[in-house]
Amino acid sequence: MNLMKINWYRYSSPSAFYPLAGKLIPYFFSIAAVLSAIGLYLSFFVAPTDFQQGEAYRIIFVHVPSAWISMIIYLAMATWAGFGLALNAKLSYMMAQALAPTGAMFTFLALVTGSLWGKPMWGAWWVWDARLTSELILLFLYIGYMTLHSAIEDTKKADRTSAIFAVVCAINVPIIYFSVKWWNTLHQGASVSLTKAPAMAFIMLWGMLLMTLAFWAYSIAVALWRLRCLIVEREREALWINDLREKE
Amino acid sequence: MMHWNSVEAFLTMGGYGFYVWPSFGLTAFCCIVELWQLSSRQKKLASGKTI
Repeated sequence: MNLMKINWYRYSSPSAFYPLAGKLIPYFFSIAAVLSAIGLYLSFFVAPTDFQQGEAYRIIFVHVPSAWISMIIYLAMATWAGFGLALNAKLSYMMAQALAPTGAMFTFLALVTGSLWGKPMWGAWWVWDARLTSELILLFLYIGYMTLHSAIEDTKKADRTSAIFAVVCAINVPIIYFSVKWWNTLHQGASVSLTKAPAMAFIMLWGMLLMTLAFWAYSIAVALWRLRCLIVEREREALWINDLREKE
Repeated sequence: MMHWNSVEAFLTMGGYGFYVWPSFGLTAFCCIVELWQLSSRQKKLASGKTI
């Protein structure tokens, strides 16, 4: 298939994207299932015991992927919101709206699994450290975005206002990322960085990366699913929805 | 490369089972709830109840 011949612009309309999203969802769910199965196997059966933290470190295999994905989803959400503002594209706003609940879920998971890891290692469920605080702010930003969107009656106005909020607040993401460098934190520094060799065993790194990719595929599948629901909810006056319902 | 000597050793996670299992369990639980919510939302939409 010649990719250049496909009219990609066509997919910026909800009616064209709706069936495409439906086709993509099972693939992303399958990728997520396979990668998480391998990832969990590495996490529990292949990765060795940590010489300092014993078995407690295994929380890393859900904690770090959740935290990474919580930031990646925010960036994706802000990017779609930005596209929406720049191109006045309804589907872009819907993409942003579809990502928010999953982003909030992973932020919540990063905070709770971090807390479950912090208790045995630091002796505290929670500390007001820069990394933890900025991640907590991320959760409030997701909640703020969703509340703002649902609080405004007029959909167009809700899209625009919440998009501006999402774009402006994206500044928090680099703050989370660099917080361990900029401030003295109890939270450990980056275990993996682009500039130097990872400070962890190869197999642990692989487990973490596979789990991250699994969460990533899961997030895409779930966001597309939610997007399909949003399209039906928001386009209920449009004729194509009724045509589609008759067909299905 | 199996390094667990028994099922019990696996379950207790070297004394950290109380922290390790809830971390994984909660993650799975949240995903299941999210999937369940989406599937019921879709069913509701397909039946046309909200329209």
